[in-house]
Amino acid sequence: MIKIEKLHKSYPMGKDFLHVLKGLDLHIKEGEFVAIMGSSGSGKSTLLNIVGLLDTHDEGNYYLNGQLIENLDEKKAAILRNKFLGFVFQSFNLITYKTALENVALPLYYQGIGRKDRQKIALKYLDKVGLKDRANHLPSELSGGEKQRVAIARALVTNPKVVLADEPTGALDSTTSHSVMELLKDINREGMTVFVITHEEDIAEETDRIVRLKDGVIISDEKVIKKTTV
Amino acid sequence: MSFLFDKDTWQEIYSSIRKNKIRTGITIVGVMWGIFLLVVLLGAAKGVENNFNKLFGNFATNSVFIWAQQTSKPFKGFQEGKRLSLKMSDLQSIRNEIEGLEFVVPRLQTQALAVNKFKSGTFGIFGDYPTLDKIQKKDMVYGRFINENDIKEKKKICVIEEEIYKQLFDKDVNPIGAYIKINNINYKVVGMYKQGQVGSGGPQGNIHIPFTTYQQVYNMGDKVGWMIITGKPEFDITQIEADVKLLLKNLHKVHPDDIRAFGSFNLGKEIAKVTGFLTGMQFLTWFVGIATLIAGVFAIGNILLITVKERTKEIGIRRALGAKPWEIKRQIILESVFLTSIAGALGIISGGLVLMLIDLTIGQGPDAALTNPTVDIPVIIIAAITLVVLGTLIGLIPAHTAVSIRPIEALREE
Repeated sequence: MIKIEKLHKSYPMGKDFLHVLKGLDLHIKEGEFVAIMGSSGSGKSTLLNIVGLLDTHDEGNYYLNGQLIENLDEKKAAILRNKFLGFVFQSFNLITYKTALENVALPLYYQGIGRKDRQKIALKYLDKVGLKDRANHLPSELSGGEKQRVAIARALVTNPKVVLADEPTGALDSTTSHSVMELLKDINREGMTVFVITHEEDIAEETDRIVRLKDGVIISDEKVIKKTTV
Repeated sequence: MSFLFDKDTWQEIYSSIRKNKIRTGITIVGVMWGIFLLVVLLGAAKGVENNFNKLFGNFATNSVFIWAQQTSKPFKGFQEGKRLSLKMSDLQSIRNEIEGLEFVVPRLQTQALAVNKFKSGTFGIFGDYPTLDKIQKKDMVYGRFINENDIKEKKKICVIEEEIYKQLFDKDVNPIGAYIKINNINYKVVGMYKQGQVGSGGPQGNIHIPFTTYQQVYNMGDKVGWMIITGKPEFDITQIEADVKLLLKNLHKVHPDDIRAFGSFNLGKEIAKVTGFLTGMQFLTWFVGIATLIAGVFAIGNILLITVKERTKEIGIRRALGAKPWEIKRQIILESVFLTSIAGALGIISGGLVLMLIDLTIGQGPDAALTNPTVDIPVIIIAAITLVVLGTLIGLIPAHTAVSIRPIEALREE
């Protein structure tokens, strides 16, 4: 699903360049539940941005759904993001003046789907994250956990190939964090590829595979031994 | 264009406006003020023009009045100071020789006492042809003006101005058929007209009798008091005036450089001066109005730029969710056009209301400063289109800013 070969990325810092990603190789297959771990500055957010087509890479190859990503203009990137990727952010990034339902329906709007259909589909996904009764609430009327559920529903609504979650539990307490991770697990169980970035060990433990980054290189890549099996 | 009918499109415009109520309000007022000024100024200019047309409108504007005076130079054996008078034969020569004439109307004029029963007054008495009505439109209230038959039969009839009616008749009495005694001769009243403001014989008003009747009664022979010459619209009245005077000097054996022999008043030239002033005023109006408009539109561009900055994160989210750059741009341009249109509509409406108010207060009655202050619909349409175009153009700036920030930077914004 996601295949990265010798990926390099550096940012200009004054006269010098900050070499953030130093030749990453990563292959995530369809249906995997992967966590990228690393402390801040390890390059994990940069990796996510490149995978999420929000940023471009300097060197190496990136295949998304078998398609080589290169020379993307903003329009093509927008179409690919809309079609293949669903984003979940640490700070939820819901649009404040839109209701939960409208927030979830927004990606469909950019797909050019009619209003009635949008609302029907969005309601289905809100129901899936257990917030059907909150459909007409504004984000400010929802709790943190609820907001993140709405964000997850929004990420899922276009039926993407990959869900990218950037510190999805970073702003939540441990109980809510756990329930959000349960939700992501459920989604994964239905066959969705889920790609989580976190620096919390116990959150990473809930995924199937942990990739550890340090200073722009992968230092380990291992399957998680499920606690339930212990 | 289906996005125009999508509720989300408008909901977003609404919410972005709602977020900056005061700023949006002030900006709208800015543009509104521009178009308001344009409408009111243009309306006022139109009012002045209408007023002017009311004064001169019933008179052919390309006309010149010519009369005979005394010579100021000796010529061909004649001493200076020779008295001249126009003759009917002069008129025929003018008609034959000068190009581009429409009418040549001879007039005879005197002052006389007119009596109706116990009421009397001294008025201007004119000997006129029916053609006078063609160049100095008479707004008839009762009856008719002099006709060919009156001329042919030298009838003792007269047409009076409203002012005379007021002085010689009781209120609400139909004057038609009544007899007025002028210099002890009875004339039957056949018509009464509302006074014009230019070309009146005197402050007391005019009485018109057939030219031929005048000639006979006052024993004028073939003398003509003065004449009105009107040129066809495509001919220059100043040139006609010069040509006619030269011809008259030739006919009357007057020195070609004698400037006092024939007097004239060129209405066309006088009107051209005022028209020039009106044109200048209109230009100023457009200039001020459009300059204010542009200032207002820039204010809208400015507020949108600020709004875009404030919404950077939101725009980032939208782009992460798959909004194409064009869709973001479109939204912001639409917002700009929407704001300018609303402001324009408000400006046009308030401008119209103020013009109505002006019309009600200082636009009424014969002494009104302005008459029918209005703005033509095409002008409004042009102004509205200009607004939308300017709104679109100015919207391009913030729209470009919105998409020039990369989504990742936009998302990082907090």
